[in-house]
Amino acid sequence: MNNKLGDQTIIFNNKPRIISNYSIVGEKEGNGNFKDYFHYILKDDLFGEKSFEHAEQKMLQFAIEHSIKNANLKINEIDLIIGGDLLNQIISASFTARHFDRPFLGVYGACSTMAESLAIGSAFVNGGYFNNVVCATGTHFSTAERQYRFPLELGNQRPPTSQWTVTGAGSSVLSLNGTGHKITKATLGKVTDYGIKDVNNMGAAMAPAAMSTLISHFQDTKTTPDDYDLILTGDLGKLGSEILMDLMEHNGYKLGKNYNDCGQMMFNNNQKTFQGGSGCGCSATVLNSYVLKKMDEGVFKNVLFAATGALLSTLSSQQGDTVPGICHAVVIERDESKKENKK
Amino acid sequence: MEMFLTYLKVFAVGGLICLLGQILIIKTKITSSRILVLFVCIGAVLEAVGLYEPIANFAKAGATVPITGFGRSLAKGAIQGVKEMGFLGAFAGGLTATAAGITCAVVAAFIFGLIFNSKTKKF
Amino acid sequence: MKKEKHLSRNEQYNIYVEAKIPKTKSFPSLIYSFLVGGVICMIGQGINDGLMAIFPTMGQEEANSWMLIILIFIASLLTGLGWYDRIGVFAGAGSIVPITGFSNSITSPAVEFKKEGIIFGLCVKMFSVAGPVIVCGLVISFITGIIYLFF
Repeated sequence: MNNKLGDQTIIFNNKPRIISNYSIVGEKEGNGNFKDYFHYILKDDLFGEKSFEHAEQKMLQFAIEHSIKNANLKINEIDLIIGGDLLNQIISASFTARHFDRPFLGVYGACSTMAESLAIGSAFVNGGYFNNVVCATGTHFSTAERQYRFPLELGNQRPPTSQWTVTGAGSSVLSLNGTGHKITKATLGKVTDYGIKDVNNMGAAMAPAAMSTLISHFQDTKTTPDDYDLILTGDLGKLGSEILMDLMEHNGYKLGKNYNDCGQMMFNNNQKTFQGGSGCGCSATVLNSYVLKKMDEGVFKNVLFAATGALLSTLSSQQGDTVPGICHAVVIERDESKKENKK
Repeated sequence: MEMFLTYLKVFAVGGLICLLGQILIIKTKITSSRILVLFVCIGAVLEAVGLYEPIANFAKAGATVPITGFGRSLAKGAIQGVKEMGFLGAFAGGLTATAAGITCAVVAAFIFGLIFNSKTKKF
Repeated sequence: MKKEKHLSRNEQYNIYVEAKIPKTKSFPSLIYSFLVGGVICMIGQGINDGLMAIFPTMGQEEANSWMLIILIFIASLLTGLGWYDRIGVFAGAGSIVPITGFSNSITSPAVEFKKEGIIFGLCVKMFSVAGPVIVCGLVISFITGIIYLFF
């Protein structure tokens, strides 16, 4: 059986399912648009830890533990943990993984890590190599800020094109056994660079990558944007998603009302985040709260989740390099049996 | 009345210098480090060509509190040093004149750095 | 139109993005920076006058130095308490350009990087923002001295 469609898309014929999910966010995110959807909202951004880095690890651990628990599994029944974050050498994910004593695969795709790990995890599960795979990513505003930008207490103004790194972690358990929404396809993206140098304008840097992956996906699967109830990009922000819509229209695809962006949806206008949220915690928490819940309710049946990432480091931007972007997409289809269970 | 006028001058000149900085930030997107560097250099050059003295006499703290005043002190100190010590003064003068400010900033940063922890930004 | 044809894809994209960036209302931030900057300078003048009134023997230069030290100290304290960055959010250059901004740029990395240790965190990173100011300031002061020496 051919499991590949076109150039970049793979099909999961055995239909791995997201059998459970969990999201945890910081206080500011908890006051945003999805406050009723998150599983857990922190009252203190330090989460009782000594440093923000430790808080980030604890959030990730918390999310993984609870997603496993929600799936009625024990930790030793998990075959593989796939995770990533934004910090140097992805310390948050790997340091968290040492608590579980299970095989661990650390991945880095900047803010696209959630989609990347879902694609990898689905391939493992679909191929029959592993039964239960956990995919988890997390970020913390304060750790990202001190690594990529300035000390927190510096009295500078964030430029109007900047985004707010989401404090949060999301975790999904993938398995062939059990009920849950199915991951049916994944389109792995190419690194795309349109020469944006402004590190405070991530949306513009990532939009071409999102465009590239989405177009490949539509071509490979012979679908159109209208075939999906929701096309969700990772964290392009307001500006980035407007750019993406322009770019897609330029290429003959019209993104309509079924298109949205996690970063744009995360915060409300009064929260002064300018372009919205970013970070791999952004797409991870939105997917693992709002999107999956709405799929449970039957509002969305067919979701194209395309998380985007900006692959820069502080070093590269100081040396004047441009910001390359990447975008991976997975198709999540609603588990129709869920409806019957509820009725 | 005279005192009111003095404070008005201080307010206007100090505010104007900051306003210039803000215009630069908006127009050129440069970071605060570069703003500070640029203003220190501007202050030093103005002092060297003898233009800062009249501004300082006119606006008092309005000209000494902004970071341009720091640049001015550096240049003024170097000139003073050269007058007193000759060539050696070019090395020693700048820091001598600004030693109190720099040391205070470093010591205060050290003490408060030990005492306080950073907090997450609210907005 | 002819010229645009020679532009590469990336150049075109950059031009497009530049045009797409929302034009924010910069006017309020200009007002705030002017007001806050002016007020900080007035506070400085107040401290200066106060010192000269309390210590009649104090000269103008000395009072000015004390005034700067007090401002630096206050700004450093406010930074530690986590209040200075909140002023900075709306004041912009109004709180960066005064000497208090210099103090903030030294204290903020000191507070931030303490977790990496006193020596390699606090002490090393202390000048990560303000370092260039001192380096460039000293170089230009040296050049000024040299020029004064020879001309």
